[in-house]
Amino acid sequence: METSKKHFFGDMSVMLGRSMRHIFRSMDTIITVCITPIAMMLLFVYVFGGALQVGTDNYVNYLLPGILLMAIASGIAYTAYRLFMDMQRGIFERFHSMPIARSAALWGHVLTSLVSNAISVVVIILAALIMGFRSSAGILPWLAVAGILALFTLALTWVAAIAGLSAKTVDGASAFSYPIMFLPFISSAFVPTESMPSAVRAFAENQPVTSIVNAIRALLSGQSVGNDIWVALAWCIGITIVAYIFAIRAYKKHV
Amino acid sequence: MTETAIQVKGLQKSFKKLSVLKGVDFEVEKGSIFALLGSNGAGKTTIVKILTTLLIQDSGTAAVNGFDIVSKPDNVRQSISLTGQFAAVDEILTGRENLVMIAKLRHLNDPRQIAEDLLKRFGLTDAADRRVSTYSGGMRRRLDISMSLIGKPQVIFLDEPTTGLDPEARIEVWKVVKELANSGTTVFLTTQYLDEAEQLADRIAILHEGKIIANGTLAELKKLFPPAKLEYVEKQLTLEEIFLAIISKKEER
Repeated sequence: METSKKHFFGDMSVMLGRSMRHIFRSMDTIITVCITPIAMMLLFVYVFGGALQVGTDNYVNYLLPGILLMAIASGIAYTAYRLFMDMQRGIFERFHSMPIARSAALWGHVLTSLVSNAISVVVIILAALIMGFRSSAGILPWLAVAGILALFTLALTWVAAIAGLSAKTVDGASAFSYPIMFLPFISSAFVPTESMPSAVRAFAENQPVTSIVNAIRALLSGQSVGNDIWVALAWCIGITIVAYIFAIRAYKKHV
Repeated sequence: MTETAIQVKGLQKSFKKLSVLKGVDFEVEKGSIFALLGSNGAGKTTIVKILTTLLIQDSGTAAVNGFDIVSKPDNVRQSISLTGQFAAVDEILTGRENLVMIAKLRHLNDPRQIAEDLLKRFGLTDAADRRVSTYSGGMRRRLDISMSLIGKPQVIFLDEPTTGLDPEARIEVWKVVKELANSGTTVFLTTQYLDEAEQLADRIAILHEGKIIANGTLAELKKLFPPAKLEYVEKQLTLEEIFLAIISKKEER
């Protein structure tokens, strides 16, 4: 017991190094989690943007929070995929028959998800800066944004873990992410919810993405965040706890 | 008295209603090669999984390297390594990276040197920095086994190590297994090939319908059957012998 616990963080960082190599060697992953969101941003700003009425002159500022959430949603699909492949290929069996903490393999994937999504978020923000994104926010609001995005990533990562650990096929492992990637469209991410028909608007205003987008948008533009940040935090923490319980249950079935 | 590396008593395991192991008993001597022979679905992999702490038995006891597998799983994992039925190597990493990763996870000093030595020993130096996805089945298996040797575990489990390999790669694996046993490592291997058990094993146990129905050295097992009749038959080459002869001629040229 002692030796495997003592090396927990060392083992986890070996797992992190392994999965990060997987990401950087997969063109497909890089295109989906970095290039596609940037392309979406270009499309919305320079093609649709002129026709959208959002009440701001700088549409990049308005759009960025939603794009970041979409990038994270597509990023965690790969977390599910990598977990599924590890289960299938037997490499988990090798790890589990070695004197390392059993949870190190799973937590390695969770850590990878946080680190890799953080990288793609930074790349997308840099692209947005080139496109004219500007923020008046100081250090503290930026830290708050980073915190919300990290929590959102963590929540979706555990959802992804359920899918990756209990899927029967590769397609099943990543299919769950499509509805999540669609949520930003029916939210305040691209246009204000006031412009939607009442039923759609009711859904949009009461789903997690809207409160998270609004909170991030307010933080970045230096406005008061009001209630949105608490609703956003409640969603993220709630999803994390529930998904964590189910993911661990699915993991225990395998070990 | 010789020491035992693996001790199994009354092992039972069912999956839902299906009873796979119905009371399995055997012992494996330290430093020997023990082959568990059985057809597909006989329960060989289930035994391997239980002994390597991946599964917990329903009843019965087992000890590996003197440690009970249920109450002292960490000590067991410290003493063993597993090469599963499907090569458990990371396809996206290179051969070298795979070895370094395992050496780091075993918390050994100088993982790079360990990797270098094993690559040389298993003839993988030229392919060391290529991704494993480009390896042939035999190379993958060699890498898999070399990963299992890191940290010098006392007991090595090889679950059907030559299934799906071509004859040449098979003989290479046999050579490695023999070397291992010569260096004092206990090897527990499962196979469905009779000739493999015959070639390698000091002791052979036959698992059939969840029970060990025979257990002994090759000579002992032979005695269980009526003595061979002396007959004169023209020696026919097996296809395997022909294949290997042609291949080696080609290589000589």
